[in-house]
Amino acid sequence: MAAHSAVLSMSKIIKPFWGGHLGNTVKVFGTTLTSHRNKSSLTRENIPPPAKYGGRHTVTLIPGDGIGPELLNHVREVFRFSCVPVDFEVVHVNSAVETEDDINNAITAIRRNGVALKGNIETKHTMAPSVKSRNNLLRTSLDLYANVMHCQSLPGVQTRHKNIDIMIIRENTEGEYSSLEHESVSGVVESLKIITRNNSLRIADYAFKLAREKGRRRVTAVHKANIMKLGDGLFLQCCREVASGYPDITFDSMIVDNTTMQLVSKPQQFDVMVMPNLYGNVVSNVCAGLVGGPGLVPGANYGHVYAVFETATRNTGKSIANRNIANPTAMLLASCMMLDHLKLYDHASSIRNAILNTMNETRLHTADIGGQGTTSEVVQTIMRFIQSKGQLTSEY
Amino acid sequence: MTARSVRSLSGALKPLFSNRCPGVYGAASCNQRQKSTYTTIPPPARYGGRHTVTLIPGDGIGPELGNHVRELFRFCCVPVDFEVVNVDSSVASEDDINNAIMAIRRNGVALKGNIETNHNLPPSYKSRNNLLRTTLDLYANVMHCQSLPGVRTRHRNIDIMIIRENTEGEYSSLEHENVPGVVECLKIITKTKSLRIADYAFRTARAKGRRRVTAVHKANIMKLGDGLFLECCKEVASGYPEITFDSMIVDNTTMQLVSRPQQFDLMVMPNLYGNVVSNVCAGLVGGPGLVPGANYGEDYAVFETGTRNTGKSIANRNTANPTAMLLASCLLLDHLKLHAYASMIRRAILSTVSETRLHTADLGGQGSTSEVVQSIMNAVQSTGPQTLSI
Repeated sequence: MAAHSAVLSMSKIIKPFWGGHLGNTVKVFGTTLTSHRNKSSLTRENIPPPAKYGGRHTVTLIPGDGIGPELLNHVREVFRFSCVPVDFEVVHVNSAVETEDDINNAITAIRRNGVALKGNIETKHTMAPSVKSRNNLLRTSLDLYANVMHCQSLPGVQTRHKNIDIMIIRENTEGEYSSLEHESVSGVVESLKIITRNNSLRIADYAFKLAREKGRRRVTAVHKANIMKLGDGLFLQCCREVASGYPDITFDSMIVDNTTMQLVSKPQQFDVMVMPNLYGNVVSNVCAGLVGGPGLVPGANYGHVYAVFETATRNTGKSIANRNIANPTAMLLASCMMLDHLKLYDHASSIRNAILNTMNETRLHTADIGGQGTTSEVVQTIMRFIQSKGQLTSEY
Repeated sequence: MTARSVRSLSGALKPLFSNRCPGVYGAASCNQRQKSTYTTIPPPARYGGRHTVTLIPGDGIGPELGNHVRELFRFCCVPVDFEVVNVDSSVASEDDINNAIMAIRRNGVALKGNIETNHNLPPSYKSRNNLLRTTLDLYANVMHCQSLPGVRTRHRNIDIMIIRENTEGEYSSLEHENVPGVVECLKIITKTKSLRIADYAFRTARAKGRRRVTAVHKANIMKLGDGLFLECCKEVASGYPEITFDSMIVDNTTMQLVSRPQQFDLMVMPNLYGNVVSNVCAGLVGGPGLVPGANYGEDYAVFETGTRNTGKSIANRNTANPTAMLLASCLLLDHLKLHAYASMIRRAILSTVSETRLHTADLGGQGSTSEVVQSIMNAVQSTGPQTLSI
């Protein structure tokens, strides 16, 4: 982004000089400008690299509520132990107050750093309806339009279904989560579900690009266009339009109720799924349940400029907070995704391998996957694995 | 019907008795009126001891399954006559569905297959099934998901009753495009309908001896809408102290359903979540071919398969599972108070489902629809009551 604006300002200065004389040079310069502009708006590969000073990245950390703070402490512990060059800027968001200052501070911090790792911020039902969901505010302000969740059967975890490998891409900013509700007549509430062509094209584009990148063969759009003809019909149409530009990828569509039924009987048939916000919520939770529960799956929210990582099912886990029984896997895998995003691939794969090896040991499973292990035991084992691989680590 | 006849009778008799005993007669007609709540929907038309039921074949596997139902009823000498009303899903005019609605108003009860909603037709063409439900005000969709003994599934001992609001919510078909490229869909939640469905849910729970009612919602995001629904459920719950009431967000609900479905007892929810959750539960107990569904209103009742599939891809190939439609017809017989026939046919169906070699393709077997129906008829005959010759 800096290079881009520098080029623009330079051209403004140079133009009056060279105006009449070097028409060709200006034309050439002009084309360079245009191609720069095109490149930075295209794919997420060209998201400007996040802040990196002295070789260390700064990442915003939002502890959130429930199990968020303890899990994120474990993440910091593991990162410090593995000597990952990442510093965390912690921003607390208090979910009990009505003012939006806290979340605005968090958003400013993320704009500054470009990347964040967050726990879920609780939305209290008892507060006034004008208090919007903080998580939702964060997603819409930063325009994190794609929520990506990769559900894979982990080898060490016993589940009823095997060999699941589904990628769920969910529109993250509009749909039913627009928070636009009103009560024109007392006793009658209207909630608006917004579907726009731009956002639908954008998410469909993201889905197909990701599918091509990861070598996926099939994209399924999930919708309810038989009832919501205009809304989901528009979404489906946008998906079809984008699909026509990717002839190597098969595109099909399925109604959401049939999708959920197929997911519980034969989840192996699905490859990549793209859908609007609410269906994404339900389908991703079903898939998380199929591969072993909310403690195992990481999620990522991508925008054009920012990326925020969290657990996929966005649970606060209030009932198990501070009892050392939460499963740290989801949050640790999310931090690995963050490291991949920061292009620190070696650290990412070493931590990921350690996590997967730890998963294979059944006696270390936490309560949610049927074991009796504690969070700290799991984290200790992961750190031991990292150390045994021989890489540089801090003292124990 | 009885309430109506009493009222009209009172209308006729009032001038005669007006001065003598208006109080007594008034009280009698009052009682009748109050009694016609959901449990005492006026019994449907019954002439010469035989009931008339509207049959809407629908599309896909609907017609063949409807035929099997008729075959079975004729075989068991069930005193039910079917008035068949065909609804053509490919024409844009609403005459067909209006005829069907009129027939249901006349008869009070219907058995239907799913009518296809073609995506290629313009958006002004509303879903026929939806039209039927809203016009007849069939506000409660009840689906009882039970693990059947003969069917092997990944989860066992599931026994969940799902009560879904059937007329409003996301299915209001109110959409508009004020700005090109931006579509707004309205999801309507009203206090009256939420109270009504919550009331229905708790009454059903009490009638069936259920201990716990769970409301499924997404009130953390849709604070006003689902917040209103939740509030109404809480209000009604306070009148039923013996039943535990709790609530769960829909995403957590679906996740719990795929890991531990045995924790749920009775669930009540708005329309769209009901759609998703009922399909998840149907998938858990063995698929769309096994679960019947019922739509109840104040005056009418319509029975169909629980997951409302047209099954176009398996139509007319003799591979569809008739269990869901046949169990729905048993629910119909229960509604008509022909309990003996209902239990007889239900027993036969359940014993047939236990035989693995008769399982149809959706349950992993190779049986055909007609084999299954034959076997059910054999089972009925062997239990002894009067049947036609095969």
